Amino acid sequence: MAAPGTASLLRASAASSCRWLLAAFRGAAGRPGGGGGGVVSGSVAVRTPGRFFGVSARARLSSEDKVTVHFINRDGDKLTAEGKVGDSLLDVVVDKNLDIDGFGACEGTLACSTCHLIFEDHIFEKLDAITDEEMDMLDLAYGLTETSRLGCQICLKKFMNNMTVRVPEAVADARQSIDMSKNS
Amino acid sequence: MGSSCGRVCWEWASRLRRLTGFSRLLSTAALAPQICVVGSGPAGFYTAQHLLKHHRLAQVDIYEKLPVPFGLVRFGVAPDHPEVKNVINTFTQTAHSDRCSYYGNVTIGKDVTVKELQRAYHAVVLSYGAEDNRILGIPGENLSGVYSARAFVGWYNGLPENRDLKPDLSSETAVVMGQGNVALDVARVLLSPLDILKKTDITEGSLAAIACSKVKRVWLVGRRGPLQVAFTIKELREMINLPGTRPLLDPADFTGLGDVIKDVPRPRKRLTELMVKSALEKPGEREASRWASATKEWGLKFRCSPLEVLPAADGKQARGIRMAVTRLEGSGESARAVPTGEVEELECGLILSSIGYRSLPLDSSIPFDPKLGIIPNSLGRVQGAPGLYCSGWVKRGPTGVIITTMNDSFDTAQSVLEDLQSGLLKLSNSKEGFKSVRSILHSRGVHPVTFSDWEKIDAAEVARGKLAGKPREKLVDPREMLQLIGH
Ligand SMILES: Cc1cc2nc3c(=O)[nH]c(=O)nc-3n(C[C@H](O)[C@H](O)[C@H](O)COP(=O)(O)OP(=O)(O)OC[C@H]3O[C@@H](n4cnc5c(N)ncnc54)[C@H](O)[C@@H]3O)c2cc1C
Ligand SMILES: NC(=O)c1ccc[n+]([C@@H]2O[C@H](COP(=O)([O-])OP(=O)(O)OC[C@H]3O[C@@H](n4cnc5c(N)ncnc54)[C@H](OP(=O)(O)O)[C@@H]3O)[C@@H](O)[C@H]2O)c1
Ligand code: FES
Repeated sequence: MAAPGTASLLRASAASSCRWLLAAFRGAAGRPGGGGGGVVSGSVAVRTPGRFFGVSARARLSSEDKVTVHFINRDGDKLTAEGKVGDSLLDVVVDKNLDIDGFGACEGTLACSTCHLIFEDHIFEKLDAITDEEMDMLDLAYGLTETSRLGCQICLKKFMNNMTVRVPEAVADARQSIDMSKNS
Repeated sequence: MGSSCGRVCWEWASRLRRLTGFSRLLSTAALAPQICVVGSGPAGFYTAQHLLKHHRLAQVDIYEKLPVPFGLVRFGVAPDHPEVKNVINTFTQTAHSDRCSYYGNVTIGKDVTVKELQRAYHAVVLSYGAEDNRILGIPGENLSGVYSARAFVGWYNGLPENRDLKPDLSSETAVVMGQGNVALDVARVLLSPLDILKKTDITEGSLAAIACSKVKRVWLVGRRGPLQVAFTIKELREMINLPGTRPLLDPADFTGLGDVIKDVPRPRKRLTELMVKSALEKPGEREASRWASATKEWGLKFRCSPLEVLPAADGKQARGIRMAVTRLEGSGESARAVPTGEVEELECGLILSSIGYRSLPLDSSIPFDPKLGIIPNSLGRVQGAPGLYCSGWVKRGPTGVIITTMNDSFDTAQSVLEDLQSGLLKLSNSKEGFKSVRSILHSRGVHPVTFSDWEKIDAAEVARGKLAGKPREKLVDPREMLQLIGH
């Protein structure tokens, strides 16, 4: 087994996290993944309805509903991925296995701010209004900017095609990150 | 996973072919660094995760004092915040890596020393958190009815050492000293409707005790002012919206604050605005009716520094607290509370001191700053101790949420990787990792708990919880845990 990367970790248990889905969920299944040490399989079971819903809805979508997003990772690397209209940016990171350290720790339940992303001005202006709850969590995010949002709360729309979002620098100093996973 | 590993290996091989220093690289590549992490809280798991991910060969062993993993995520985070505990899914995936092992029920410093770990591992990361709490240091602190918030939290969350706390909840008024998020957690658990609590993983013993609680009013007392509260907005909003309760906020504390906060950073500004709004504005209709029908209440009290816990006539029980009224010197985050000479008393039979956790030194051979309560370090490298690292609360002090701990743990892991790359950590001398620790543990009669053992305990807890309509019913007795896994 390869060393765990957060994105791939989340794959097994990701919650589809668009706001409307999350809201539906809270009513239906209580809070996802609850408990002191949810085994992964347990939490998957809790979320399955949302997941199925997401997948079956997606199956009907045509290629026109695809949206390309570029992520500038902490180390400056550009990751490009395609998602479907309605997917949250957390879904995109999880589904496409994007390698962003620590992203989405609370699995889209507005309890961690690890999905903080920085948007381009012209995109930011067109995003749906921010809720108090998202703002509360965003206030704890590292490297907060004027155009910051939480990725798990932003769902893809057509106008976002080809947008670039930036993962904020998290480490305290600007050291070069080392990767010995390939050439140790 | 199999296919992605295959791809990585193939890329690796083709990369090697392109390189001229092929044989030299291959020989270093063959040596796997043996690294161990002390403590299985967020710091331990995030450090391990980063090392495993960014080093292809590293073997990371996690040692934990308790049989069960996850530190404060299991024993600190409030039972009504299950979404915060979702990080456990990520930690579980890390533990499932075949280059990561978990050894619970092993207390470092007692069962094995750090020196012994250093003989077995190339690098040792100390991430054992903060197991103690600051004390008020005032007369009467040991009277019955006075508890540290840490012990109280441990009690409702099933921490073995606090399972027999039996806090006295027979008083109508409780005072929480401190205005941090732990203080809010404690107040919320004391005041939450039972219907909410009984669906959480709060222990059955504490739920039963809270069901009989007489506590109706909780004061959260700060020695400084509303601009210096340590809690965060999400937690305050939750308190303001807590069913069955109303806030007690003295308008005089908040009048005029609107102007002062114009230029402060956004988080402090929004937090203050929420307090000002709740204290000064007329509530909406729904809120007004909720407050009118509330049977419980909570309030914020400012500029009061504890002086003495007052004994009841029997000399044993607390009956109240005497506090020095303070004024602020300076402004903003760094303002200092100075006593005015005036004194105030509050009647209460339950006092919870929530003024912060505190780390302890592990053994005398390891540098420790008793004043700051941390291991002195630069970027996670323990000062004057090559090969020794630290992360989490023991590195930074007992503040910061899980994401703060995550970032600083990644930082420490980065330092380890740098030292491996620069050759500061020499891999040439053979270190046997757990193999040699195993024989030490064996000779001392210590039986480590593996991650699959934990998964048995986990399954048993979830099954027991199911019967009661809870996500889990925690086992609170380590002997019972060990019995369950046949130790
Ligand atoms: C009451 C409370 C509630 C909190 N709620 C939240 C929240 O809702 N959201 C949030 O983001 N953050 C929350 N936090 C903060 C969060 O818990 C911390 O940031 C984080 O747990 C610190 O991680 P750590 O690994 O350094 O310490 P810990 O989580 O304390 O982990 C340390 C581990 O080391 C083990 N250990 C100790 N001594 C030894 C030894 N000698 N040998 C082996 N193992 C040892 C301990 O048993 C423990 O498992 C809360 C904190 C508290 C106190
Ligand atoms: N939901 C969550 O996200 C959550 C929940 C719980 C904990 N946490 C985090 O865990 C960390 C620890 O929380 P915490 O509440 O233990 O610590 P904290 O945030 O540091 O708060 C400590 C409080 O105690 C006061 N205090 C300290 N010494 C005092 C003294 N001698 N007399 C009177 N008051 C004193 C402080 O006031 P001064 O400012 O005047 O010193 C402050 O109000 C925090 O970072 C917190 O955010 C997060
Ligand atoms: S994933 Fe935790 S807040 Fe978005």
